[in-house]
Amino acid sequence: MNDVLILGEVKEGSLNLKTLELLGAGKNLASDLGGEFSVVLMGVTVSGAADEAIPYGPARVYKLEHPLLQGFKADLWLASLEQACREINPKILLMSHSFIGMELGPRLACRLNSRLTTDCIDLSIDPEDGLLLRTKPVSGGNAISVFKCPDELQLATVRGKIFELPEGADGKGEIVEMVPQIDESMIKVESLEIVKEEIVALDKADVVVSGGAGLGEEDGFELLEELAEALSKSFGRVMIGCSRVAVDKGWISSDHQVGLTGTIISPDIYVAVGISGAIQHLVGMVHAKKIIAINTDPGCNMFKVADYGVVEDYEEIIPALIEKLEELS
Amino acid sequence: MKELRIIVCAKEIPDPEAPLSDVSVDAEKMEVIVDAPQVISPFDENALEAAIRITEEMDAKITVLSLGKKVSDTVLRKTLAAGADELILVEDDAFEKLDSHSTAAALAGAIRKIGEYDLILTGRQAGDWDSGQVGLILGEMLAVPCINLARDITVENGSVVVKKSIPEGYERVKAQMPALITVSNEVGELRYISRTKMLKMMRGARSIPSWSTEDLGITQEMLQKMGIAALSSPPDMGRDCELLEGSPDEQAGKLAEVFMGLR
Repeated sequence: MNDVLILGEVKEGSLNLKTLELLGAGKNLASDLGGEFSVVLMGVTVSGAADEAIPYGPARVYKLEHPLLQGFKADLWLASLEQACREINPKILLMSHSFIGMELGPRLACRLNSRLTTDCIDLSIDPEDGLLLRTKPVSGGNAISVFKCPDELQLATVRGKIFELPEGADGKGEIVEMVPQIDESMIKVESLEIVKEEIVALDKADVVVSGGAGLGEEDGFELLEELAEALSKSFGRVMIGCSRVAVDKGWISSDHQVGLTGTIISPDIYVAVGISGAIQHLVGMVHAKKIIAINTDPGCNMFKVADYGVVEDYEEIIPALIEKLEELS
Repeated sequence: MKELRIIVCAKEIPDPEAPLSDVSVDAEKMEVIVDAPQVISPFDENALEAAIRITEEMDAKITVLSLGKKVSDTVLRKTLAAGADELILVEDDAFEKLDSHSTAAALAGAIRKIGEYDLILTGRQAGDWDSGQVGLILGEMLAVPCINLARDITVENGSVVVKKSIPEGYERVKAQMPALITVSNEVGELRYISRTKMLKMMRGARSIPSWSTEDLGITQEMLQKMGIAALSSPPDMGRDCELLEGSPDEQAGKLAEVFMGLR
């Protein structure tokens, strides 16, 4: 029985961290259902990753290998996954709420006429009817909703860094090869080029100095850079973050964006400068160990979640702060 | 070349940037209560901005489509003030709390009624349910090429070329039209609308068409509600904030000491 199927993602030949978290979640659900879980992997060659998955205890690892599955071409990945689902016929399919899952999930849900819940932070089985209970923050994080849908196939994408990694046991599942029926005519969206950009890895920062609409202008980030520079003498990795509004205004690139649709982080210190704290931003940084807010509006959300606050214009505070830090460090 | 037809799907929602104190959860009724003005969902505004930029390059017409139980034309008229040519509301009591599938099905019905189109733009997700599904499902239902998370859209020689955000940067992709594109905030915020322009549009006598399920040829039985089993408030995120007082220089001094204490 294929009760739970997991779409794994392979990076540089290995299962990525999100996939391991999915394995943990899927394994628990399968055990609640008294059934098995399996993994499906797609790519040009995924043998190494398939071998890696086996010890975690899936009953089967389905390998969908095809030369056209080079890179993420959504149309071909979708067609392959749809075929696999129809053949494997799982009760539950889990995907990461990654850039791949975000695109494949809704499109697959449409093709298989199943309701999907995206970005889940908890999953369980309703003991009454065996259906998947999908817990998801809604309204930017202002509420937590549990969804339940009656479809034969239960579909969810799962937020990263929520589910615990499975213990590597001594699984002895089998590897099953499936041949995707795909060809070039199925490509509706053609890839012209991939442009790699320097991406700031905010989730690896010890300290994040973040700016928002309250900076008033793009140049405000220069002052934040100077503060980051001063802090880097006392702390490890200090990086620049921002709110969604700062990206919308074109002041800074979106890899710096903290929040629901940006990066979700929990650094040692988060310094929010001129960020009022819309809920979709707060959910991205509220787990920082210490939060420091600088804002002219004493009533703003950010002061409600901060440990230390300064109600003042950042242009007054930060240059003086940099000077004091230089003296003390 | 003939006029390009762009449809932008825009959803009216309670302001997602509202202060925390204005939001509460009615667990019994399973509703999020937001005591804030209604706005257009932010990513949908990004989608409209992307559409307006296309009209600056070529002959194009923008139709904004907004679906809900009841849509406020005063909120949506902002799209006309910003540069959309036409606004169509799709309203019906049956549209309350629809699931993504059914919302997409109703939008697909409205788009078929509109008839010709080259591009459909939606926000990457709505700021109320944060589901991120309607756009892509709509594309599947209409069987057109789908592109997710656009940060730049250009139309050249009958094709659309999109910079699509990917984890390592962006991918330039190309599709034949008609196509569906979901838009991310990297596109940039909706342009500034002058007060006079806004007032003129609000007071304008122009009537805004409103279609119901009947007009779209769909029945209530074809629509399904979101399957909400429970709704609750999130864990309290509040902390006791120590405000650092004094002159800016004194505040900066205290803050520097806070930092040094955290080393």
